[in-house]
Amino acid sequence: MTDPTIRTADRPDLLTAETSEGAQELQLRSETSANELGREVGAVLRLDGLTLDPESVDFDRKDDETMIINMGPSHPSTHGVLRLMLELDGEFVLRTKPVIGYLHTGMEKTGEELSYVQGATNVTRMDYLSPVINELGYSMAVEKLLGIEVPARAVWIRMLMSELNRISSHLVWMATNGMDLGASSMMIYGLRERELILAFFEKTAGLRMNLNYVRPGGVAADLPDGWQDDVLVICDTIFARTFEYDELLTGQPIFRQRMVGVAPMTAEEALALGVTGPLLRSTGVPWDLRRTMPYLAYDEVDFDVIVGTYGDNFDRYAIRLNEIRESIRIVRQCIEKMPAGDYRSQDPKVTPPPRARIGESMEALIHHFKLFTEGFHVPAGEVYSAVESPRGELGCYLVSDGGPKPYRIHVRAPSFVNLQAVSLLMRGGSMSDTITVISTIDPIMGEVDR
Amino acid sequence: MIALPPTAPPGVITSDGLATDLLCFPTREQYFALVESFKNDGFEMCVDVCAVDYLEHAERALPDGVVATRFEVVTNLLSLSKRLRVRIRVQAGTDEPEVDSLFGLYPGTEALEREAFDLMGVLFTNHPDLTRILMPEEWEGHPLRKDYGSGRVPVQFKESPGPR
Repeated sequence: MTDPTIRTADRPDLLTAETSEGAQELQLRSETSANELGREVGAVLRLDGLTLDPESVDFDRKDDETMIINMGPSHPSTHGVLRLMLELDGEFVLRTKPVIGYLHTGMEKTGEELSYVQGATNVTRMDYLSPVINELGYSMAVEKLLGIEVPARAVWIRMLMSELNRISSHLVWMATNGMDLGASSMMIYGLRERELILAFFEKTAGLRMNLNYVRPGGVAADLPDGWQDDVLVICDTIFARTFEYDELLTGQPIFRQRMVGVAPMTAEEALALGVTGPLLRSTGVPWDLRRTMPYLAYDEVDFDVIVGTYGDNFDRYAIRLNEIRESIRIVRQCIEKMPAGDYRSQDPKVTPPPRARIGESMEALIHHFKLFTEGFHVPAGEVYSAVESPRGELGCYLVSDGGPKPYRIHVRAPSFVNLQAVSLLMRGGSMSDTITVISTIDPIMGEVDR
Repeated sequence: MIALPPTAPPGVITSDGLATDLLCFPTREQYFALVESFKNDGFEMCVDVCAVDYLEHAERALPDGVVATRFEVVTNLLSLSKRLRVRIRVQAGTDEPEVDSLFGLYPGTEALEREAFDLMGVLFTNHPDLTRILMPEEWEGHPLRKDYGSGRVPVQFKESPGPR
């Protein structure tokens, strides 16, 4: 006799059980609750309790008239392993549900098993396009719990590196967005310019990505000799080339047809969904943590917060392009105003002693040994610290119990929250618009899944 | 430190918090009403919802009158108009942690609450789709709990040969 647990042609239900992800998927309309259905069709502002009736949303739709298809998890335009389930009526999207978790590696759990010194290497791998800003959010949370001040030079180095990182992240976005829309040359140009910044990162921190450069107490190393010249070349080159992107994309009719007026969002919807970053600013809300809740020394530099009007794809594109220019402005001011001094706190409990001291001072040797075996202890408490990442508000909630490891580390990933806007933005659009919507939301799956 | 909104439920305990303008400790019953009063008071955005498992720290420092439970749900609200942050720590229960879902007030908490359910096992009443979001559907246990032994279960992959 055959084994009843082995799937055969006459037992298709076992096939379903084997490949189904179950309730995480998009269900048939008849099996979806009213609130959930409202969410999937993007009825963000009408979710006040149970006012939505499944029958009242596209009341003439029957399950057998529409088709539910999977897009992803491995699709070149999903920017990683994002799986979207779409309910289609012919070419048009009625419902969308993102199914995530394909890149989940338990980084919050890992963070509880790493000391505060090692923690920066963990968070830097979450949003792999803006590692410096991830480290910054984490380090600022640890510093708030420790109650230590960071020297002025470290603050400005952090600002310089974050803005360079923002430029490189937006350049990758420009590149992939161009590729999604068929402008393959943009793909090459964006990555070419980003290479300039990564080369500078390598010169400064030793690594191109996942730098582990910003650490609690300061930064890992001082800027290399002649850094002003390197950074000025980066600024001049990329600033000039942003106008080439203008010529290549901004006025191009095919590009405009795919972007202008496609997938608009209102400010109320954006606020209700909690989306931040360029998505929120595209709707006309001038909310940028660098300006509205300044951290580091952003209140001492001059820059504009770029705001859109319609909240459509084109606004999101224009905001990111102009943010590159604004970041270049900040970087230029960092070159001018960079103070001299220490690049990390001189508190021996947090910062390892210089190599030369270890050979001659017993105390330095002890501090070095304690720091790299046990790590430093952080006073008990809890703190939430937020920075503006290229994708929005990147928050780090840290709970310390007084030991050398975080008791709980939670990262509020902007992509994770922003991704909830897909249902709203895709509603009523055509299948080809889904590509531009995913692209302009700019989800980084490493950060979504953590 | 700012004051509670006038419509807040009576008896909510507040204190100062690090890097926030107000720290509130409502009970489970007060939680939804408190968040609603903040929403009506100009807190337009719910930035973050997460849960913490205080299994090893039942005797942690809390303001007088707050009854500590094993699980805490931490909600961060943001007012864009006033440029203020409020953090709400609600004691969610010990054996069957459960709080009201904020979905009716802030639809953007849907994914965050699902994540807290998935990784910490906190239930959210009136959540429209309380399913796992990061872990596979058939996963057993809630990995971020402190009594979940990491490495205890060999990583489960579909169609893997399984443990020998």
